[in-house]
Amino acid sequence: MKSEAAVAAARPGRFRERLQTYRHNRFLIYMFLPGFLIFFIFSYVPMYGIMIAFKDYRILDGIAGSPWAGLEHFRYLFAGQGFTNALRNTVVIALLKYLFVFPAPIILALLLNEIRLSWFRRTIQTISYLPHFFSWVILGGILFTFLGREGGFNQILGYFGLPPVNWLIEPSSFYGMVVITDIWQSIGWGSIVYFAALAGIDPTLYEAAIADGASRWRRIWHITLPSLVPVITIMLLLSLGNFLQVGFDQIYNLMTPTTSDVGDILDTYVLRRLLTMDYEVGAAAGIFSSVFGLLLVIVANYLVKLYDKDQGIW
Amino acid sequence: MYKTTWNEKLFDTLNVIVLILLACATLYPFIYTLTVSLSLPSEFKLPGLKLFPRDPTLASYAHVLDQTGIGRAFFNSLQRTVIGVAVLLAATAMTAYPLSRKGFPHRGLVMKLFVFSMLFSGGLIPMYLLIRNLGLLDSVWALVLPGAVSAFNLIIMRNFFQAIPEEIIDSAKIDGAGEWRVLFRIVLPLSTPVLAVVALWAGVHHWNAWFDAMIYIQDLDKQVLQLFVRRAVIEESDELASQVELLQAGNYSSETLKAATVMVATIPILCIYPFIQRFFVKGIMLGSVKG
Repeated sequence: MKSEAAVAAARPGRFRERLQTYRHNRFLIYMFLPGFLIFFIFSYVPMYGIMIAFKDYRILDGIAGSPWAGLEHFRYLFAGQGFTNALRNTVVIALLKYLFVFPAPIILALLLNEIRLSWFRRTIQTISYLPHFFSWVILGGILFTFLGREGGFNQILGYFGLPPVNWLIEPSSFYGMVVITDIWQSIGWGSIVYFAALAGIDPTLYEAAIADGASRWRRIWHITLPSLVPVITIMLLLSLGNFLQVGFDQIYNLMTPTTSDVGDILDTYVLRRLLTMDYEVGAAAGIFSSVFGLLLVIVANYLVKLYDKDQGIW
Repeated sequence: MYKTTWNEKLFDTLNVIVLILLACATLYPFIYTLTVSLSLPSEFKLPGLKLFPRDPTLASYAHVLDQTGIGRAFFNSLQRTVIGVAVLLAATAMTAYPLSRKGFPHRGLVMKLFVFSMLFSGGLIPMYLLIRNLGLLDSVWALVLPGAVSAFNLIIMRNFFQAIPEEIIDSAKIDGAGEWRVLFRIVLPLSTPVLAVVALWAGVHHWNAWFDAMIYIQDLDKQVLQLFVRRAVIEESDELASQVELLQAGNYSSETLKAATVMVATIPILCIYPFIQRFFVKGIMLGSVKG
């Protein structure tokens, strides 16, 4: 494709040839344009709208006609309390999720892999995928009743003589609940990719190990785990690009006024700026997280390539 | 030869127990909500596991379904799901097919544009201003169009189309079929697995989506079910029953009403879950094929 174009460019009369390619493909182009236009409008026009973060937006003048404001809105972001607090909460939640939520599906896949009854394994898998299919509105609705003072969780704790706690309302237990409910929602679904990697391990490796008298532990340690390392590395590096996306849907639906101090993240901060029509500051905060995300993707992709040349996003 | 040791049998037993506990912990909040939705208010506060209602009653459902807003919201969700899936499939297939043909001009550049859109976006506020300037606020198109042609679905479809042998398409063209005919008579019928996966994905996505509707739809009559649930259950507005109604009612309380509301939005997904679950797992594998 590329070399064809280069050859065409080097020859004289390339404009006519271009035209001929267009003519030749005109029906394909008609077919292609409506969908591409939809894509372009909703993906690239908002990127132009980013300019608003550097302007004093006046509705009547539009984005292009409004006067420039330089970096004033960014200065405002870092001078005030709201944004830095949201940034700190975002980083804390992101780190907690890497520590506890990321390994959970790997452990589940390893446990499932040791089950030989396939109907039992499939049943567990089917059940574990279930919460993935519901929105956080529904899950939040379930959790507020379930984790409430008189809810089912406290009733179970009551068996063990533990006092009831309003789990989602107490700021001190909020991060714990964010981690646990995220594991609940994503562990089964997340395990699919690891389980597939385990299913792809050459069974002759195990047969040879068994013939050599390797115990179950040794087989897990020397065959199963090393085979998972590439997938784990790739998944970890790819997730870096979403470092600041710590789960808006989840946190917005679990947050209450009592937990807004610890639960306010970058995405909820931007939303609040939108609702108060503080567009420029909100867009500036949005740029901060988009650019940071893009930089992390570039770094992560570089690291993936270092690790394995054939992997990565580009 | 290798023999199973006592130690390993213990591991197997523990493993089974851990997995059963995990399954119970996953399911119990759902079962609990179902039970509460079918219970009398007096039962809600009783200690103990709630695996089934002692004295099942549909009073909460009757009251919830009696609310004017919920039927409307259910219809709006259904509408956006049907329109959303139809538009997404048509637009994505029509964009992906030309990109799967070798001679299509600027193919590489266009694919780069799609990939870059996965890495960087304008963010919430420019998107909101765009929708507002296009006059799409309070319209179902604000919920349908922005995601109609997304890089992820497009790449999956294009890869699938590309794997269709060139000879089949060429022979159809020699027989005089135009591009549209090739797409609808040959390429799409051969691509039903990928179309099914993308359609199911999009369907579940649209049914569950709420954030876009919260931002772009202000007219309560056009609001989707998820937001009805959010207002009634999470924001605790008196969508479901006024304080007076709650005080007078004997056979429902705010907890049982909330549980019933959640179940109304949950049941459609639960009904199709056994069928779509396997498709979704297949879809993950399709998606992991590199573009």
